[in-house]
Amino acid sequence: MAKSNSAILSVRNLQTHFYGDGAVVKAVDGVSFDLKLGETLGIVGESGSGKSVTNLSILRLIPYPPGKIVGGEVIFDNKDLMKIPENEIRRIRGKRIAMIFQDPMTSLNPFMKIGAQLMEITQLHEGLNNSQARKKAIEMLELVGIADASRRIDDYSHQFSGGMRQRVMIAMALSCKPELLIADEPTTALDVTIQAQILELIKGLKEKIGTSVILITHDLGIVAGMTDHTGVMYAGKIVEYAPTEELFSNPHHPYTKGLLKSVPDPLIEQKKLFQIPGLPPDLSNLPKGCPFSPRCSSATTQCQEFPPIRQINAEHYSACWLEN
Amino acid sequence: MLKLILRRLLGMIPILFIIITLTFFLLRFAPGNPFANEKAFPPKVIQELNKQYGLDKPLYIQYINYISELTKGNLGPSTRYAGKTVSEIIGEHLPTSLLLGLIAYGFALIVGVSIGIISSLRQNSAVDYFSMAVAMLGISVPSFVLGPLLVIVFSLTLFWLPPARWGEPKHLILPALTLSGVYIAYIARLTRSGMLEVLRADYIRTARAKGLAESVVVLRHALRGGIIPVVSFTGPALTFLLAGTIVVEKIFAVPGLGRIFIEAANSRDYFLVMGLTLFVSTVLVVMNLLVDIIIGLLDPRISYK
Repeated sequence: MAKSNSAILSVRNLQTHFYGDGAVVKAVDGVSFDLKLGETLGIVGESGSGKSVTNLSILRLIPYPPGKIVGGEVIFDNKDLMKIPENEIRRIRGKRIAMIFQDPMTSLNPFMKIGAQLMEITQLHEGLNNSQARKKAIEMLELVGIADASRRIDDYSHQFSGGMRQRVMIAMALSCKPELLIADEPTTALDVTIQAQILELIKGLKEKIGTSVILITHDLGIVAGMTDHTGVMYAGKIVEYAPTEELFSNPHHPYTKGLLKSVPDPLIEQKKLFQIPGLPPDLSNLPKGCPFSPRCSSATTQCQEFPPIRQINAEHYSACWLEN
Repeated sequence: MLKLILRRLLGMIPILFIIITLTFFLLRFAPGNPFANEKAFPPKVIQELNKQYGLDKPLYIQYINYISELTKGNLGPSTRYAGKTVSEIIGEHLPTSLLLGLIAYGFALIVGVSIGIISSLRQNSAVDYFSMAVAMLGISVPSFVLGPLLVIVFSLTLFWLPPARWGEPKHLILPALTLSGVYIAYIARLTRSGMLEVLRADYIRTARAKGLAESVVVLRHALRGGIIPVVSFTGPALTFLLAGTIVVEKIFAVPGLGRIFIEAANSRDYFLVMGLTLFVSTVLVVMNLLVDIIIGLLDPRISYK
């Protein structure tokens, strides 16, 4: 992928492996993408495709052992985040790149008041004193739509519902006006109605604060509604990358096609829902060549060899030998 | 909270009643009596002594008498330490045991928790394996081995501390060290496993993603949850340190409660054994109540209704 000058984040050939029981799990196996300033990038894929590990790797939040970032670059503000010292990346975490996680029920500290958890981030990065930080925390809670914020700030996380907790997480993540927000399946654990609210909230705040967003999800509907570009991950690699509209109207990789086909269309009556045959491969024992080939109906002998990612048209890339 | 404390204190009464009853009858069914061990008294003297202590009456009368004296706060006289009441004896030796126990446990807490945290942060590293091996050793080595070893090193080789004295602050050091050995080991292991569980939690990842320094992540975010097993352990541990330290008391000539307890049991000092059992049971129940209160303060999700 061509390096763009307006990219806020460039990931190049990122590799994160997990070690255990004598096996190496290549959870992220050469991922590259660019995120343009102000844009939202969607990363979709099945569970275990390496979406979350990719994004945890960006901030070097992979627990070691067993995980280790073994190669690649993540360029942010002209610096390779993989190479800067620990105290420097700590100044980026939470301040310039913030994260929201999948499960709001477990992502907040149950032993600390919500307020303390919100305040510590602005105290750390913006040097606010106690009363300033408290004021800021109340402000942020109001911003994400928590009613009666000045009272609820002294509550603990178990006193909030799942959707409310995710709002608190968002408030926390956006406290320092980060340049990049990584949302790792922010709505997976929530009811559909709450999902829509949370997504609207992220969308609205993104415009208000001017944050670029990486949105990790396995929900194609969310990708369609929220993102400018989309990368499709399979077995630790991005197998297709395109502007979201292009990806939906003109998918190239058979895996992407399969994913899109498996979304039921309410207008067409289907007797049986489509599913991609087979299971995602074992990441510690990948098939030779294209990892998708055992499940692919278009596979040929050529697929015994690994297909490099190549340009299909202007902004559309795909890792498949297929001509079309 | 006040309601909880009140209710739990009321709940103590039946528990203590059962303990008193069991101890009372078990003690009486044990062979021997308070005056059998002494030089052969003439039967007349024995009879007189039994009468003096109320031991000549039928057992159930004695039981009722004991309970009714107890409700007045009277633990009865000691037969072994003639002329002293059980309350006086406990009052005399408790400060010693309390001081030694608190120092030993405080020391064990500081060292054990530190070792546990370091081990959990460096899980499966050489540091972890080494400290857990030492902890295993600490649990396995009994105090009658550790105590004399410390005496050999610090008293008989380095001449830093006296081997068996009591009275000055520095005399506390060796017995406290001996007592703390096992507790350091237990606390280190409990802290390690508690911390390992918490460090894997999602909210720790959140804390790291905020850019907090590792020390803040560990001490502010992880320790509160990770330390809970140690808090639970503290209740029974402190109780044991108060009255179960006979070995260390013997080695270092400490005038503590543990020795009194054993001697009372050996000489069938009915009142003293009863009094000490009751005292230790009460301490244990109160300790467990305190532990529950502290855990409730540490973990806001726990509420007692």
